[in-house]
Amino acid sequence: MELPPKVKNMLLLDSEGKRVAVKYYSDDWPTNSSKEAFEKAVFTKTQKTSARAEVEVTALENNIIVYKFAQDLHFFVTGGEEENELILDSVLQGLFDAVTLLLRGNVDKREALDNLDLIFLCFDEIIDNGIVLETDATVIAGKVGIDSTDPNAPLSEQTISQALATAREHLTRSLLK
Amino acid sequence: MAQPLMKKDDDHDDELEYSPFMGIEKGAVLQEARVFNEPQLDPRRCSQVITKLLYLLNQGEAFTKVEATEVFFSVTKLFQSKDTGLRRMVYLIIKELSPSSDEVIIVTSSLMKDMNSKIDMYRANAIRVLCQIIDGTLLTQIERYLKQAIVDKNPVVSSAALVSGLHMLKTNPEIVKRWSNEVQEAVQSRAALVQFHSLALLHQIRQNDRLAVSKLVGTLTRGAVRSPLAQCLLIRYTSQIIRDMSNHGQSGERPFYDFLESCLRHKSEMVILEAARAITELDGVTSRELTPAITVLQLFLSSPKPVLRFAAVRTLNKVAMTHPMAVTNCNIDMESLISDQNRSIATLAITTLLKTGNESSVERLMKQITNFMSDIADEFKIVVVEAIRSLCLKFPLKYRSLMNFLSNILREEGGFEYKRAIVDSIVTIIRDIPDAKENGLLHLCEFIEDCEFTYLSTQILHFLGIEGPNTSDPSKYIRYIYNRVHLENATVRAAAVCTLAKFGFMVEALKPRITVLLKRCIYDSDDEVRDRATLFLSVLGNDGLVGTDSDSIEFLFGSLKAPLVNMETSLKNYDPSEEAFDVDSVPKEVKSQPLAEKKAKGKKPTGLGAPPPAPVSGFDSYERILSSIPEFATFGKLFKSSSPVELTEAETEYSVTVVKHIFESHVVFQYNCTNTVPEQLLERVNVIVDASDAEEFSELSSKPLNSLPYDSPGQTFVAFEKPEGVPAVGKFSNTLTFIVKEVEQSTGESLDDGVEDEYQLEDLEVVAADYMVNVGVSNFRNAWENMDEGNELVDEYGLGPRDTLGEAVKAVTDLLGMQSCEGTETVASNARSHTCLLSGLYIGNVKVLVKAQFGMDSSREIVMKLAVRSEDPSVSDAIHALVANG
Repeated sequence: MELPPKVKNMLLLDSEGKRVAVKYYSDDWPTNSSKEAFEKAVFTKTQKTSARAEVEVTALENNIIVYKFAQDLHFFVTGGEEENELILDSVLQGLFDAVTLLLRGNVDKREALDNLDLIFLCFDEIIDNGIVLETDATVIAGKVGIDSTDPNAPLSEQTISQALATAREHLTRSLLK
Repeated sequence: MAQPLMKKDDDHDDELEYSPFMGIEKGAVLQEARVFNEPQLDPRRCSQVITKLLYLLNQGEAFTKVEATEVFFSVTKLFQSKDTGLRRMVYLIIKELSPSSDEVIIVTSSLMKDMNSKIDMYRANAIRVLCQIIDGTLLTQIERYLKQAIVDKNPVVSSAALVSGLHMLKTNPEIVKRWSNEVQEAVQSRAALVQFHSLALLHQIRQNDRLAVSKLVGTLTRGAVRSPLAQCLLIRYTSQIIRDMSNHGQSGERPFYDFLESCLRHKSEMVILEAARAITELDGVTSRELTPAITVLQLFLSSPKPVLRFAAVRTLNKVAMTHPMAVTNCNIDMESLISDQNRSIATLAITTLLKTGNESSVERLMKQITNFMSDIADEFKIVVVEAIRSLCLKFPLKYRSLMNFLSNILREEGGFEYKRAIVDSIVTIIRDIPDAKENGLLHLCEFIEDCEFTYLSTQILHFLGIEGPNTSDPSKYIRYIYNRVHLENATVRAAAVCTLAKFGFMVEALKPRITVLLKRCIYDSDDEVRDRATLFLSVLGNDGLVGTDSDSIEFLFGSLKAPLVNMETSLKNYDPSEEAFDVDSVPKEVKSQPLAEKKAKGKKPTGLGAPPPAPVSGFDSYERILSSIPEFATFGKLFKSSSPVELTEAETEYSVTVVKHIFESHVVFQYNCTNTVPEQLLERVNVIVDASDAEEFSELSSKPLNSLPYDSPGQTFVAFEKPEGVPAVGKFSNTLTFIVKEVEQSTGESLDDGVEDEYQLEDLEVVAADYMVNVGVSNFRNAWENMDEGNELVDEYGLGPRDTLGEAVKAVTDLLGMQSCEGTETVASNARSHTCLLSGLYIGNVKVLVKAQFGMDSSREIVMKLAVRSEDPSVSDAIHALVANG
């Protein structure tokens, strides 16, 4: 019996429902077309809701989906219908805040595509084959933006702590708007 | 970072939308990947190319085997670079490419080097990559390092090793189980997530050792678990233990309830929710135990966070199904959720209220729902409609306002599924609440005046034909029905003609007028409509007395004796010839396969628990086989064939199953034999049956099997005679006899003359259920009322203690071999009483209907009241005798 909480997928879609980055950890969607169909269904179902201030939640095809939008980016985390919504919520918060930190507050599609390597690494640091690896955004962002010898790496212009500080500032500002 | 790859010939004007991956092409990126092979590596450029490859994979682009292998090999070169950023990307792409085992060799040494690196990030990631791609043999080589990693002082490294252990436990359990000492040590870690991961792994390692698990959980529930995730896990393990204990008959105080209750005061909401949910799901939870959980959930209902409100209302909704009274305290909070922005929350709140509401609040609730219905999607509306239906059955006195609500929403816009749910609900209410009938039928009549769905129109017309004639003023429906003949398509017209005929037949006063109407239909443009009209006119015309001609009644109202599916197959198989199609030749056995499929769809089968595919064993094919054997051809019509019963253990040399074929005065055993030994050929295979424990049976003949080669199943038959029409029972012991020959596997030629041998099979029993065919009826109540009340036999039985009512229901159904009707085979998990409706065809083609009412008292003693109606009183008697002996 599988008791540890399981995440079935994490999706990052744009404002038209197109993929920016996705990662599946479950055999429920074996083919790319079944994955796309699921993404479409999720996107259509949540499109009209506002999930900007608070994380929203819905149920679809025996799955629980928590989601949050920022500008033209839609973040989703899916779990089974028996899953604890708040665990999924903590994963989504971890993902969202870490991406916010890594993109230094500019959470939009263009910025995400420009830093897609960071997004992929971020996914990799949060979930390992469906098991929650880490949910603390600062830890995740720290691990992804680990200091590189490459002078042009996105975060090396500032130190990590500076970057996190600016990002946090951005975040609070956007929340207060 | 990545340079935009502009493609000039792109006609789409999405220039506004900039993307670094615009016009990206797999071929070009694969070309770019050659930079991995350059002697002087440019880490930045290499990272960019990997990102592009990952982007392609992520967009669902498929790489061929050759392409993937090529990329993988070039990527392995990148281990030369010391750039940490690039190394991270290398780890990522290796995981995505999931190389085959012969390719893995190339990177193992590099990864093993990283696993012992001084850099924590390298160690952690190398472990995760390695564990994902290697197999058991390699795992033994790195086992030592993994054990060290589990107790590494860096929590990231430790977690990486533990999570990898969790995954590998599925493929290499014997290796991972050796790490339990290290894992045990990690449970004491101060790092929150290490504690979570090690607890998960430790439990997984020990899950089959009930005592060890219980000890582990016992220790941890006393100590301080730091991570909320680990605490959630601990709650799950605890409720599993509680479940196991109650399964093993230990009663009294629930041992870990105090722990669950204390978790309701945890500072993390995640843990509170997990604990509240665990408490509500306890088997046979008492209201005292429920109260604290309900209280915290009630607080969540007014939380500003949608996720929290959703979680709470979802849990309370489930509780309301079994303990509606426990949830009523939350009704006020719940009512304010009807206007929640999040429609999922609002729908859950409404359906909960409908379950917990009392009779006096129904009207107020309906008013609130009416406002709500207009702005939600169809899928939510269906949920609400279903909840209203059950509410109506619960409070029959309130049918008027509920029926009004349903008819109002029936008139509004909506898709097919939604309308069907409403129509189904009205039909159910009409059936179960006699007072609601006339009103409900009129609502349905109004609906078909303007209904765009042919399916719904025909269903309603059919229903009108059955219920309409018995109302106080049947004539008022005629106008609606006859309008259909003018205004609708051919399918609906044909259905309307049938309905008219039923009215004409049942209501003497209407007969002349109906005849006139039907005569007009003879000129319809569609031949089906004309044919039906002509047929019914002759049925109506040829006798003067209404309601006495039982043939006509049977013709108009009787249900088809055989399931429709079987009818369809038989008709398809019928060759147009001189010989007319015989309805009686249609098999009456209900094929259970569709049901199994339905179940499979609902719940995905998990691993080994998945049901094996049903063997091909159609009634048709049995009949064909048996009638082709001259010895059995004289036995008459096959009445029933049982499903195959195993007579050998799984995975023995010879596997044998038996099918019992029941005839009027004969029984034939069909032994399906399979030889699973490749070096053997069996000849003259026969089954010797000892019927000394089955007095009423006498062996007639047998048909041995001449040759049974490896892995190609064959059958041998044994026939018995028994008293005609009598449900004789008995036990038979079987021995398989044969001549075994060694064969050359490649040629299949036998090497010796063979020796005689025998093989003991398990006993076989003919039981009463073998004489019952499980034929369902579409409308049990109608069928029940049409059966002569004089033949009803009622008796009560004590069934002794059982764990659940469902168990008792299943036992009785199996004993009788009958078909459960209208979904009454499912029993609510906490139900104290239940009524199960069964139908079947007893040997001699006698229809039997059974109403079985079950009740359970506090000591889990089950009593059953069994009412049997059948066409033949002696059969009702026989059914009772069956239960009394069974």
